[in-house]
Amino acid sequence: MTMNVLLFLVSCVLTNNYIFSKFLGCCPFLGVSSKVSTAASMGLAVTFVMTIASLFAYMVNAWVLVPLHLEFMQTIAFILVIASLVQFVEMFLKKSMPAIYSALGIYLPLITTNCAVLGVATLNVNNAYGMLQSVLNGTFSALGFLLAIVLMAGVRERLETSKIPECMKGFPISLISAGLMAIAFLGFSGMV
Amino acid sequence: MEQKKSLGRIFMNGILTENPTFRLVLGCCPTMAVTTSAINGAGMGLAATFVLLFSNMVISAMRKVIPDKVRIPSFIVIICTFVTIVQLVLQAYVPSLYDSLGVFIPLIVVNCIILGRAEAFASKNPVVDSAVDGLGMGLGFTLSLTLIGCIRELIGSGSIFGIDLLGAAYQPMLLCILPAGGFLIFGLLLGIINFVGSRRRKAA
Repeated sequence: MTMNVLLFLVSCVLTNNYIFSKFLGCCPFLGVSSKVSTAASMGLAVTFVMTIASLFAYMVNAWVLVPLHLEFMQTIAFILVIASLVQFVEMFLKKSMPAIYSALGIYLPLITTNCAVLGVATLNVNNAYGMLQSVLNGTFSALGFLLAIVLMAGVRERLETSKIPECMKGFPISLISAGLMAIAFLGFSGMV
Repeated sequence: MEQKKSLGRIFMNGILTENPTFRLVLGCCPTMAVTTSAINGAGMGLAATFVLLFSNMVISAMRKVIPDKVRIPSFIVIICTFVTIVQLVLQAYVPSLYDSLGVFIPLIVVNCIILGRAEAFASKNPVVDSAVDGLGMGLGFTLSLTLIGCIRELIGSGSIFGIDLLGAAYQPMLLCILPAGGFLIFGLLLGIINFVGSRRRKAA
């Protein structure tokens, strides 16, 4: 059991990293990765939301949609679950944990349109994962996202001070660095 | 609206001036994920165009009914309806494309281009203008995805739209159709476009 969970962790974080092998969550990956501290906050917020979103999406799917034969409503149901969940988490944090709220606050609304969250909910259903596996998949994949965005922010902080041709500044050079990191992550393939 | 923009200008705005992929850099997840071949890129682009066109029309028609406070959830539900239509139609009639686009079809819902156009254009403009804007933006997206798809397929498997172009002697560079290639090719294309753009601005 423990061994399986460990293998699952390695496969989600390294071999099947959401950014580098599935392209889920590229928008925040490119948009919010200019500083390590903000990137880490964003990554933590995503981890938090993806874990609960996986759980709730599983419950909505298994207990409501499947018994009622409404599987075609899956996308609508999931996006509404995620949107309301994000709103709820935001209100909850604001009231009871203001310290965490002030660190994650501005990133939370952005997460509704982060395709990694809807992606993990849909993939969990497509792969017919059970409840525990869905939640683990959500958490571990989000940890992979956290790792990728923090690494990327580290690279971009260095890029700030280096000499780059005018036309490659900003997005182009970030994409190329991301490509090189994806090649590095290719090295992990076949490990699990 | 103070000055009425011509429909032609709105249409070209999406294809060139504000091309969603190369100018605004929106919706990068599908841009890199599905462009492993030209046909996948074109299919994804057309699916998104359909959603953009109809969601823009419906949102624009309902713009006076939707209260300002709940506009984003309302937009998402409208967009989601059309995404579900696309998903079911593709699954029924083009199963091969449905399989290769996979999870990225439901993810059209969270494509920033569509919500972006709903918020920036359709919620403020009449139905016909919004339809043209949706069509222009959608085709701009389709053209960009097809272009990236062609380049990646040509280098990565030596063909375009499945037609072998480079002959058997060509050793396909597998890296190009792997995720890493997506980042690299998209980055280089953006760099080239910036370069050409700045040269033209200097010449003008």
